[in-house]
Amino acid sequence: MKVENHSERSLEIGGWEVNLRTYQIGETFYCKAENISPGATIARSTGANRDEAEKRAIAKATERLAATRRLPI
Amino acid sequence: MSDYAHPDSLVSTDWVAQHLADANVRIVEVDVDTNAYKEGHVPGAYGWSWNTQLCDTVRRDILTRRHFETLMSETGISNSTTVILYGDSNNWFAAWALWQMKMYGHADVRIMNGGRKKWLAEGRDVTTEIPATGSASYSATGPDNSMRAFLDQVMAAYEGRSHQMVDVRSPAEFAGEILAPPGLPETCQRGGHIPHARNIPWGMACNEDGTFKSADELKALYTAEGIDGSKPVIAYCRIGERSSHTWFVLKYLLGFDRVSNYDGSWTEWGNLVGVPVERGAIAAKV
Repeated sequence: MKVENHSERSLEIGGWEVNLRTYQIGETFYCKAENISPGATIARSTGANRDEAEKRAIAKATERLAATRRLPI
Repeated sequence: MSDYAHPDSLVSTDWVAQHLADANVRIVEVDVDTNAYKEGHVPGAYGWSWNTQLCDTVRRDILTRRHFETLMSETGISNSTTVILYGDSNNWFAAWALWQMKMYGHADVRIMNGGRKKWLAEGRDVTTEIPATGSASYSATGPDNSMRAFLDQVMAAYEGRSHQMVDVRSPAEFAGEILAPPGLPETCQRGGHIPHARNIPWGMACNEDGTFKSADELKALYTAEGIDGSKPVIAYCRIGERSSHTWFVLKYLLGFDRVSNYDGSWTEWGNLVGVPVERGAIAAKV
């Protein structure tokens, strides 16, 4: 198999900059929402097409990022 | 342009593609996202899970020597095998695996420059086939704890200003604005950093395609913050994995001979009672 349709873009979710990386392996599209630094995967999802995979990853990332507190310094 | 101090510590994706069938080469994927390997990986590559196979699952510690030897054996790695590590997030956890392999004395272990990201972006072959469990003979040495910093050493280094300390977390974590990377569970009681540490986020050592920056760029990056190897260097982050990446950069790409990874990192220091903590973005240069 080959990796196809690899793409990467950044977007803001809940005030946090996130890197969204999507690619297709076989029949499945995989999407990862990652910290921009770069760093850990915040959310991952699969879908039958790019749009479906990305929407699911963004929804999960939105939920998880909402729990991140910004503390006064 | 100067070369890396140890250029043989890296291989390219092309090199890996040409050595997929090399019997003396074992390729191992180690990811932050432990599901990534199952999606598809470099043909013939084994997969190690950082949170079950590269740590002591009871104590907070690295693998025991016996467990390390078992992992090598089951991966078909003998003492003379050339091991190529790669992973997602710019080889973050590949560096964690390399750090432990060096501590246990493996002679020839290298990182695939650019990691999983570059391999995928180049549209190279992947497979979901998992290689058979091996049974190679393996005998480890060590662990060589000179590559590792423990709390008492870090405390002494802080008090004596004897080391250059580099905090490789994000600026917001360093400042104390957040307690963990956004979206991840908070794992400490206090935010901030060890006083006098410099903040050079680990990912700054990499290019957009996941490869390491040039030796000249890396030298400029660290020297600008006073991390020049003139004193021993301690790298730390939140749980010690991001800092293993910086440890690799400083030791193998820039050639610092006295650099250690404080794997207790902020989840240890930031949970201790009574230790000094500094908040805010700027610390005085040492």
